[in-house]
Amino acid sequence: MAEVGLRGLSKSFGGVAAVRDLTLTIADGEFVVLLGPTGAGKTTTLRLIAGIERADAGEITIGGVRVERLAPAARDVSFVFQQYSLYPHLSVRENLAFPLKAPGRNLSASAIDARVADVARMVRIDHKLDNRATRLSGGEMQRVAIGRALVRQPTVYLMDEPLSSLDAKLRAEMRVELKHIQSDLGATILYVTHDQTEAMTMADRIGILEAGRLVQIGSPRAIYEDPANLHVAARLGTPAINLLPPGLLPGDAPTAARTIGARTEHLSIRRAERGNGRIDWIEHLGDQNHLHILVGEHKLVALADPYVDLRSGDSVEIDLTRPLFFDDTGRRLA
Amino acid sequence: MAEIRVEALRKTFGDFVAVRESSFTVEDGEFLVMLGPSGCGKTTTLRMIAGLELPSSGRILLGGEDVTMRRASARDIAFVFQLFALYPHMNVRRNIGFPLVAQGEPRAEITRRVEETARLLRIDHLLDRPVSGLAGGDRQRVALGRAIVRRPKCFLMDEPLGTLDAEFREMMVRELRELHNRIHATTVYVTHDQLEAMAMADKIAVMNHGVIEQFATPQEIYARPASMYVADFIGAPPMNFIRFDGTVMAGDRSVDVKGRAVAVPRQHEDAGPGPLALGVRPEHIRFDDAATLRGGVYAVEYLGTTQIVTVETPEGVLKARVAADAPVRVGESVGLALNAPRLSLFDAQSGRALRSDLYREEGRG
Repeated sequence: MAEVGLRGLSKSFGGVAAVRDLTLTIADGEFVVLLGPTGAGKTTTLRLIAGIERADAGEITIGGVRVERLAPAARDVSFVFQQYSLYPHLSVRENLAFPLKAPGRNLSASAIDARVADVARMVRIDHKLDNRATRLSGGEMQRVAIGRALVRQPTVYLMDEPLSSLDAKLRAEMRVELKHIQSDLGATILYVTHDQTEAMTMADRIGILEAGRLVQIGSPRAIYEDPANLHVAARLGTPAINLLPPGLLPGDAPTAARTIGARTEHLSIRRAERGNGRIDWIEHLGDQNHLHILVGEHKLVALADPYVDLRSGDSVEIDLTRPLFFDDTGRRLA
Repeated sequence: MAEIRVEALRKTFGDFVAVRESSFTVEDGEFLVMLGPSGCGKTTTLRMIAGLELPSSGRILLGGEDVTMRRASARDIAFVFQLFALYPHMNVRRNIGFPLVAQGEPRAEITRRVEETARLLRIDHLLDRPVSGLAGGDRQRVALGRAIVRRPKCFLMDEPLGTLDAEFREMMVRELRELHNRIHATTVYVTHDQLEAMAMADKIAVMNHGVIEQFATPQEIYARPASMYVADFIGAPPMNFIRFDGTVMAGDRSVDVKGRAVAVPRQHEDAGPGPLALGVRPEHIRFDDAATLRGGVYAVEYLGTTQIVTVETPEGVLKARVAADAPVRVGESVGLALNAPRLSLFDAQSGRALRSDLYREEGRG
């Protein structure tokens, strides 16, 4: 495994900037997730590192070596795509072994077998090694696809939304597995997704991409608790952060504040006659309730524990417990 | 608007039983979600209510009237499939008004009702815009407007949000429920997504192999699942099961799980000896150094408001939901305490929940 460095990386397609001046270092053994919506430049960044696209400007180093001029095969990266692209006529075993049989690798049959068996156990497909790839469920196919990337032990893994085609339950399981495999192997992974839960739960650090620009990078906790701007604050958290005008709820705000961000767990709610808000309706999600509250024309969502004694129509007093302040450009105020 | 009553409804396709003896009532103005995996019979049930499929036996009453054999068009219902299908060449006004035009309503009436509907959905400022230029959320609202403009007796919806990505879906779930809060239309909504069901429903019918396993409010289903199937289907992560062989006697306040006494709600029936399962929701597991149940932390998933901790224990893998600021590291050893009053016990053979003090409150929500 190796460190990956990006410095001043830029790429445009026909005058449209896909990646703008991206500088980022992924440490050896680190799991970095780039999070952003479609068109933010996530996939382009991966393709630049893999050598599938050529950058307009900037440097890419892998293990300290400049690779911009190297062919994709010479960069020793492994790419996992969104759609599992398996060889349908081959068995699981043959699919996993395929990257090891490439010309020039010169691995013995027994070394290949041992490596395939290891990886199959890791991605929990060892009971189906002799099945045809086409006779697998979607989740199993994706595990084989991830396994095929792992079998090679490249310097870095590049993953492009590899879990997005799985159903919710399997995705939740694979998140845990992938993170575990990564830390066991000490693998360097750059992973891109638009799914904030994947980013929050797997990443050592999350990089937030917006229109080709890296707007913040940090641990999931740092990004969630200490967002640099409105965009980042709104990008993380389910339900999304409440964005309110100053003065709507009691409490002081810096004079430059144009927007107050209140996470759903940072509102204190108590029943009060003639309070500043009214419960519109309550969403019961089992482990927690979401209170939908009206404050004048504004709608708020607040998290409450499921045994809280409030009903729709109740008048409530709402206080901010940990407000975040943003100026007129969306920048966070200290 | 009207009550929907389903009595001993059954549907077979050849030898295959799609729906077996379903009976339930959707009260006037209620939002029912039929929840289950594909092939559980939820869509077949919905199609029978709509009149798109005739039952093999049983009755369907709409507002007290037997409509079992009535054609779909004579039932005064609105069936919503995918919410995105709009007529691209028409503007918003004509898209919403289309069902009324098709019914031959007078023009003044159409104008009045289209405008009223648009106000309800807060898209009245968009009425004369072409639908092709609209943002996703507004398109969805237009599609909803077209479904509600007729003001039918009830709405039947079959996975209307199926193709949307997660964040957009969350927004539409909220809008659909808020619309329901405004118009109180009797609604039957089919989905395989438990989060949609929990977020929107007044009542949920959890289906499995053509049978309704539980019919209750979301809170009830979550807190007191009637079966292991329901317990596993609801919640993300779902309920944890600790499987063991044992015996339960009515009056017991603890069970013997492989030599360890575990406190449970007072039991109301005998079970075993045989395979049993203790069910515990992730938020009812707490870290406790004094606990005898111990394990190694396998994974920690930080979610902002909480974190999910996966622990490998001698009783299997357990997932706990703990506070976001609880210090916990992969690899460390932790003791796990279970919140006794909130535990379920199941007969692991049939999957049925055993009656106890927890389940006695059934129906109180």
